Amino acid sequence: MSPQAFEHSEVVLVPDGPMLVRGVRSVEDADGRVHAVERPVVALCRCEKSSRLPWCDGTHKVIARRGD
Amino acid sequence: MYLPKPRGSLSEAAFDLLRSLPDDQASETGVGVQPDSTEDADLTLWAVHELSYGGFEDVHEQAETSPPVLLLRARLETDLEARLRGRWTGAQPAPADVPAELVRLVAEHDGPSLAEHVHRRADLDQVMELLRQRSVYHLKEADQSAWVVPRLPVRAKTALVELLFDEYGDGDPNRLHAHLFAQGLEAVGLRSDYGAYVDDALPEVFEMNNAASMFGMQRRLRGAAMGHLAAFEATSSLPSRRMVQGFARLGLPKEMVRYYDEHVEADAIHEQTALRDICGTLAEEQPEQAGDILFGAFTCLDLEARFATAMLDRWGVAS
Ligand code: FES
Ligand SMILES: [Fe+2]
Ligand SMILES: [Fe+2]
Repeated sequence: MSPQAFEHSEVVLVPDGPMLVRGVRSVEDADGRVHAVERPVVALCRCEKSSRLPWCDGTHKVIARRGD
Repeated sequence: MYLPKPRGSLSEAAFDLLRSLPDDQASETGVGVQPDSTEDADLTLWAVHELSYGGFEDVHEQAETSPPVLLLRARLETDLEARLRGRWTGAQPAPADVPAELVRLVAEHDGPSLAEHVHRRADLDQVMELLRQRSVYHLKEADQSAWVVPRLPVRAKTALVELLFDEYGDGDPNRLHAHLFAQGLEAVGLRSDYGAYVDDALPEVFEMNNAASMFGMQRRLRGAAMGHLAAFEATSSLPSRRMVQGFARLGLPKEMVRYYDEHVEADAIHEQTALRDICGTLAEEQPEQAGDILFGAFTCLDLEARFATAMLDRWGVAS
């Protein structure tokens, strides 16, 4: 098998979950506050219910899912 | 760290052997002793695995690869694996379904929650006891998964290293997770050297540690190792938040809070990448691993539930 090129996106929308973003150094939240990023990838909350916006804290798992 | 107190005939004989190595005569004889209990066997295997991590001051480094120790490890791992597989009754999923099946397994598993107890009711003594028990695992957190890196196909390898980079502090030693836990232990007045509380550890603690080490150290069990990691990550951010709230209620120092605070954020990320980019791509490229990925995830959840039950029983709390 010859080495294959893989699909690899910097931004990934997880169904019913956060938005994964790779390779950024800062994120500005909805209130205009800037958060430094030291991780290779961060999970941004899309459900708006996280206790630590703009980051996902897993709360999306305990709220109703799309289509439920 | 020195070898802990033995807990039966096997650990007694095995620790005597470990202290005597490297000695040609001891190497010939091996350890034929049967364990008195699973606790005796589990403590012994924990100590044998430890030879490949930080080791013991009273055991020569050569003991790690001496024939009687390798034989003993093989025998104990065979028994442990049979015991763990005997508890798992799930079916082999289609490889493409692995991430979804992992999510379902985690969502449907409802073991007792130590984090819930810490959040609302635990007293300071109980929290300190929990931290001592957890120290056996958290002070080498992520090391168990790091063994697997060279055994994975390209995408899963990349994703595991990305996750481990975060576990290991993103290039900053002060943010390395096991080190955050060590700083937390010192701040609450506990010892932070690895193994300080092994003599107080419940049998369930050894079983949890041994399963993670065995999965990590055997190439054959790479699927189980990654499933275990995914379940661990997927059951961490929400409980960590409850730990933070419980610690605030009890007024624990900020260094200890920081370890759990970090895990609220980090494990919400690790959960996604472990499920999709590690387990999902591993199952896609090595479909025969699909069943073991689920088996490893189940084992993680099951052993945590057993540990939680044991702790709550000890505290007289109904689980
Ligand atoms: S998307 Fe995870 S908490 Fe909102
Ligand atoms: Fe961690
Ligand atoms: Fe993690």
